[in-house]
Amino acid sequence: MGVAIKIENLSKQYRLGVIGTGTISHDLNRFVAKLRGKEDPFLKVGEVNDRSVKGGSNLVWALKDLNFEVKEGEILGVIGKNGAGKSTLLKVLSKVTGPTTGSIKVKGRIASLLEVGTGFHPELTGRENVFLNGAILGMTKAEIASKLDEIVEFSGCAKYIDTPVKRYSSGMMVRLGFSVAAHLEPEILIVDEVLAVGDAEFQKKAIEKMKNVAGTGRTILFVSHNMVAINNLCERAIMLDKGEIVANGKTSEIVDLYLHGEKDEVPSFGLVSKSRKRNQYHKDLVYITRVDLFNSSKKKVDILKFHEKSFFEIEVDSVKSLDDVILMIGFMNDDHDKITYSASNDGFNQKVINITKGINKFNVELEQQLIPGNYSMFVGILDKAGYSYDSLTYFGQVNIERFGDNNEKYYWDRPLGLVNPKSKIIKI
Amino acid sequence: MVEEEQKWDDEIKPQNGLLSLRLKEVWKYRDLLVLFVRRDFVAEYKQTILGPLWYIIQPIFTAYTYYLVLHRMGNMETDGIPPFLFYIAGLTIWTYFAGCLTKTSDTFIANANIFGKVYFPRLIVPLSIIVSNLIKFGLQFILFLAFLGYFSYVDNGFAFEFRWQLLLLPLPIILIAGLSFAMGILISSLTTKYRDLKFALTFGVQLLMFASAVIISFNSVSEEFRAVLRWNPIANVVELFKSIMIGHSPIDWNGVLYSSVVLFVLLFLGIVIFNKTEKTFMDTV
Repeated sequence: MGVAIKIENLSKQYRLGVIGTGTISHDLNRFVAKLRGKEDPFLKVGEVNDRSVKGGSNLVWALKDLNFEVKEGEILGVIGKNGAGKSTLLKVLSKVTGPTTGSIKVKGRIASLLEVGTGFHPELTGRENVFLNGAILGMTKAEIASKLDEIVEFSGCAKYIDTPVKRYSSGMMVRLGFSVAAHLEPEILIVDEVLAVGDAEFQKKAIEKMKNVAGTGRTILFVSHNMVAINNLCERAIMLDKGEIVANGKTSEIVDLYLHGEKDEVPSFGLVSKSRKRNQYHKDLVYITRVDLFNSSKKKVDILKFHEKSFFEIEVDSVKSLDDVILMIGFMNDDHDKITYSASNDGFNQKVINITKGINKFNVELEQQLIPGNYSMFVGILDKAGYSYDSLTYFGQVNIERFGDNNEKYYWDRPLGLVNPKSKIIKI
Repeated sequence: MVEEEQKWDDEIKPQNGLLSLRLKEVWKYRDLLVLFVRRDFVAEYKQTILGPLWYIIQPIFTAYTYYLVLHRMGNMETDGIPPFLFYIAGLTIWTYFAGCLTKTSDTFIANANIFGKVYFPRLIVPLSIIVSNLIKFGLQFILFLAFLGYFSYVDNGFAFEFRWQLLLLPLPIILIAGLSFAMGILISSLTTKYRDLKFALTFGVQLLMFASAVIISFNSVSEEFRAVLRWNPIANVVELFKSIMIGHSPIDWNGVLYSSVVLFVLLFLGIVIFNKTEKTFMDTV
């Protein structure tokens, strides 16, 4: 299947504070810079969009370097906290406002539902407004006329359709607006929380309708705070934070990440949000985006038996190709001390690892020898000299169970250390 | 994997082409234009008793006021044309200009709530204003024709004749529509950032009327003032309209040429700035 939307290096900058003061001088500065063929002088000062902290500059990036694709027929959910850049993304996608840099390539007609009943005129009747609203959303008069009966019936406003909408209750107005929108037939539909309208019955009807629309092979971008609706409708989701994509994957995993991100606990295995605290000596080149743990029977787990062989799958997203990197993985105890580790350049492996641009996957087979208890992981991608491209610490809670392969019980009341090297003890 | 070369239908970029009007897209939304025109008409006179009759009442009373003040009290000359007819001729074409200009120059601000939610070619809005005002102009033009007939019938030295110049009638209408459109989109683009223009426009239009040969003619003013009038592209078109319809003076082709050149320059500027503004005005409005 082809790609319906391709987003490349998309950024959007906003200016904070009162607009109007000093704009002429800014404009003149920009103009002079442009004449001299230089970069826009005000584009450099932008900073990450964190609304709770007052920054020094009054320019912020509401979206920063977004790159993703939406396949034809796919339903993509977009989640994130307030201020993550969801609405800005939708606005740019629906051409309401232009991006600052980057581009979006689109295949097919886009219709966006950022609001229902856009352009309703209070003096016009319901019928007249259906035509007006439909035309604003990009339908032709003939298309609307052919669907008029369906639209009116769906809204449940048949009796009042020839009454000016100023006499409508707010609920009726919203229902009529949604009905028009629901009968649009674009190839790509962009929806922003409009399901949160009307009473419970109408909401149910609306979600049903969305599901039907989705079933007809249309591409949908759906933004919502309603995790149940997202989980229901979308196969894939992306999570935004401070204008950047911090996670991209299966909806259930992203929703988990989003919900867990709210709490303060050791993150479990799976996707790692890009907004997670990282140690990066070389900034923003490489991101570890996923770490999964499998046990000896290749099942995804977070519990291992004593001396059980473990397999890690590590996914790394890189901006460019890098030769000669080191992958390191190890365990930490509850006091955040590093206990033991293994790396791609140590005695056993001595392998050169190269990373290509984009997603790279690594498999690590590791014979852990930990004493039963709770541990967390550290994972790192380092350069030859040991400086980190990206490293995560205090990540992935693992529990080592108190019995081994042959289930023999052994009580670890007073362990004398944390690592238990395999040994053979024979009397001679 | 070999990347398949895909055909994209649309590409969203930071800037539009400077001069691209995307007229194809505008054409696709023609139904919306018609609906906007209809909305303007229906909504404007809902809950009024006289309804569209207001389109006719307004010019009659205005022209009569000028007749009383300027002709009866101020003794101003009107080139031997019945003063009332002279005023209503000027007002008919001027009202079209002023109506288009004041409304198109409000395009972005008045429609910010719609523009902020849905994309459609923004040019549809100013175009629909030009069209709906053209219909109003049509009504007022019929009224003007009625008075033209009346004053020819009542014998007072004026008689309407069918001259070949009447064939040129579309020319002043196209020029005035174009000028108000160009100025309107230019001003509306600039007002998104600099609201001062909005205030300047309101009384600017009032003042411009006196410098646009609406209630005076080029012949009836002093040489110095006439020189000023010639610099005003609107005045030349108003004069052209009156020359065609009531023949108070021969057509001044230099003036027509000048207005056309100004129209093209303004249209060029207007489109460039409108295209630039269209993309980002939601962030500044």
